Amino acid sequence: MNASRGSLPLSIYYFGLITLLYLPIALLFLFSVNSSAFLSFPIKHLTLDWYRKLFDAEPVLRSARSSLLVALGSSFAATLLGTMVAILMLRYKFRGQNLLIALAVLPLIVPYVVLGVALLLLFSVLHIDRSLWTVGIAHTVVSLPYTLLIIASRLAGFDPSIEEAAMDLGADYPTTLRRVVLPLILPAMVSAWLTAFTVSFDEFALALFLAGTQPTFPVYLFSQLRFANRLPIMIALAVLLMIGTLIMVFLAERIRRREA
Amino acid sequence: MDRRATFWFIYLPPLLWLSLFFVLPVLLMAAFSFRPDMRGDLLKLWVPTLAQYASVAETGSYWRLLGISALTALGIGISAVVLAYPLAYFLALRAGRRAGLYLVLLLIPFWTSYLMRVMAWKILLGTEGVLNSFLIYLGIIQEPLTALLYNRTAVILTLIYVWVPFAALPILAALQRVDTSLFEAAADLGARPLRQFTRITLPLSLPGVFAAFFMVFIPTIGEYVTPLLVGGSRGFLYGNIIQDFFTKAANWPLGSALSMIMLLATMVLVVLATRLVDWRQLFE
Repeated sequence: MNASRGSLPLSIYYFGLITLLYLPIALLFLFSVNSSAFLSFPIKHLTLDWYRKLFDAEPVLRSARSSLLVALGSSFAATLLGTMVAILMLRYKFRGQNLLIALAVLPLIVPYVVLGVALLLLFSVLHIDRSLWTVGIAHTVVSLPYTLLIIASRLAGFDPSIEEAAMDLGADYPTTLRRVVLPLILPAMVSAWLTAFTVSFDEFALALFLAGTQPTFPVYLFSQLRFANRLPIMIALAVLLMIGTLIMVFLAERIRRREA
Repeated sequence: MDRRATFWFIYLPPLLWLSLFFVLPVLLMAAFSFRPDMRGDLLKLWVPTLAQYASVAETGSYWRLLGISALTALGIGISAVVLAYPLAYFLALRAGRRAGLYLVLLLIPFWTSYLMRVMAWKILLGTEGVLNSFLIYLGIIQEPLTALLYNRTAVILTLIYVWVPFAALPILAALQRVDTSLFEAAADLGARPLRQFTRITLPLSLPGVFAAFFMVFIPTIGEYVTPLLVGGSRGFLYGNIIQDFFTKAANWPLGSALSMIMLLATMVLVVLATRLVDWRQLFE
C-alpha cells in the first residue's frame, strides 16, 4: 500500500496542530526571558533576571517544595497501594474482590470537584486541619487507578507457576513475593511511581479545596495570577518545572518500553 | 507466614485507605445533602430532609447550568474526537517509521503544566495581551479586542485545545489494530479510498472513537478550573456552583445535594459508556 498517498494534507494538519500546541509553551519561554513584566510587542530586550530573582523569591520556592513533598509522598503511597491491589486482583480469589478493584479504579471517573468537596467535608468533620497531608491523601486516591492499571498489566504477563515453583522449592509466600514477584514487577512499579508523581505535581482542582496555609505550586500560582508584576518569576519557575516534568515523563516511558 | 496471613497483610491497607478516604467522604457528602442547614456543630445529628433537593428542583438556573454543562461537554467531546481523528489516522497509517517520534511530540504538551498553558493563552488573548498589542502595533485595530476572554466560548476553545492530543490516543489504539490486508483486499475488489475509509477504517475504529469521546466527556462535565481561569462569571459551568457553595457561600448541605446530582449523572453516563465500549479489548 502506498503510504504517502493522501498524506500531505494530513501531515500539514498534524504539524499545524503541533504548532498550536507548542505556541503557548514557546510564549512562556519568551516571557521568562523578557525584561518587561508585560509581554507586548515589540519585545525590548532579553534577560535572565527573572531566573536570578527566582532564587530570592521565598514563597514561590516554598510552594514548589510543597508540591514536591506532596508528589513524593502521594506517589509512594499510591504505588504501594497499587501493588497490593494488583497482587490481590491477579493472585487471589476472595469475596468482595470485584468491589475492591472497582473502588480502586472508581476515582478515575468521579469528578474532581465532587471528590474535593467530599474530602473537605470529611476533614472538617474530623477536625483535621487542611495541610499538605490532606492534599497528599487526595492525590493518593486519584493516583491509585493509574498505578494499579500499570502494575496489574505487567503482573498479568507473568505465569503464576513461577511463584508455585518458588514455593515448591520451600519459599514461604512473603519470600516468594519479595524475591520473585517484586523483582519482576519492579519496572512497572517505577513507571507507576513516576506517573503518580506527575499526576500529583501539577494537580490543582483538588488542591484548591484541600490546601491549608501552605499552598502547593499550582494553588500559589493561582492566588498570584492577579498580580501581573510577579508573574514572570513564576513563569520562570514553571519553565524549570516543565523541564523537570518532561525528564520524568521520558524516564517513565523509557523504563516502560525497555521492559515491555 | 503463609498465603492467608499474607493476604490480610496486603488486603487491609488498601481496603482501609479506600474506605476512609474515598467511600466515607462520599457517604458523608450524601448524608450532608439531607441536612436542613449549616447551623450547629458539623457532627450534630440532624433529621434527614429533602429540603436541599427540593430547593435544587425549584431553582431553574441550576438545572439550566447542568444542562449547559452537559451540552458543553458533549460539544467539546465531539469536537475533540473529530479533530483528533485525522491525527490518529496520520499516526497509525501514514506517518510510517517516524510515527513513534510524532506521537511523543504530540504528547509532550499534555505533560506540561495545565495551569501554565492556560495562562499562556491568557497572555496571548488578554486585553493587554500579545495578540492585541501586536494588532495595535501593526495598526490593524485601535482598541484592544475584549471578546477573546471571559466567556463560555473561551472555556470551550481552551478545553478542546487541551483534550485533542489526549483524544487521539484511544483512536490511535483502535486504528493500529486494523488489519492492513483488508485495505489491499478492498483495493483489489475495486473500492476507492473514500469507500475504503467509510466501509472499513471508520467502522473498525469506532470503539476507539467512543472511548475517546467518553474520556473527554466525563471529566469535562465536572470541570470547574478552566471556567475559573478563562471563563469569568459568564463562562461558569455546573462545577463552579458546587465550588461556590463550599467556599464563598458556605452552604455545604446545598452544595452536597448539587454534588450528589453531579455524581449520579456521571455514574449513569459511565454505565452507558461501558455498555457502548468494550474497554478491555481496547487497552489490551
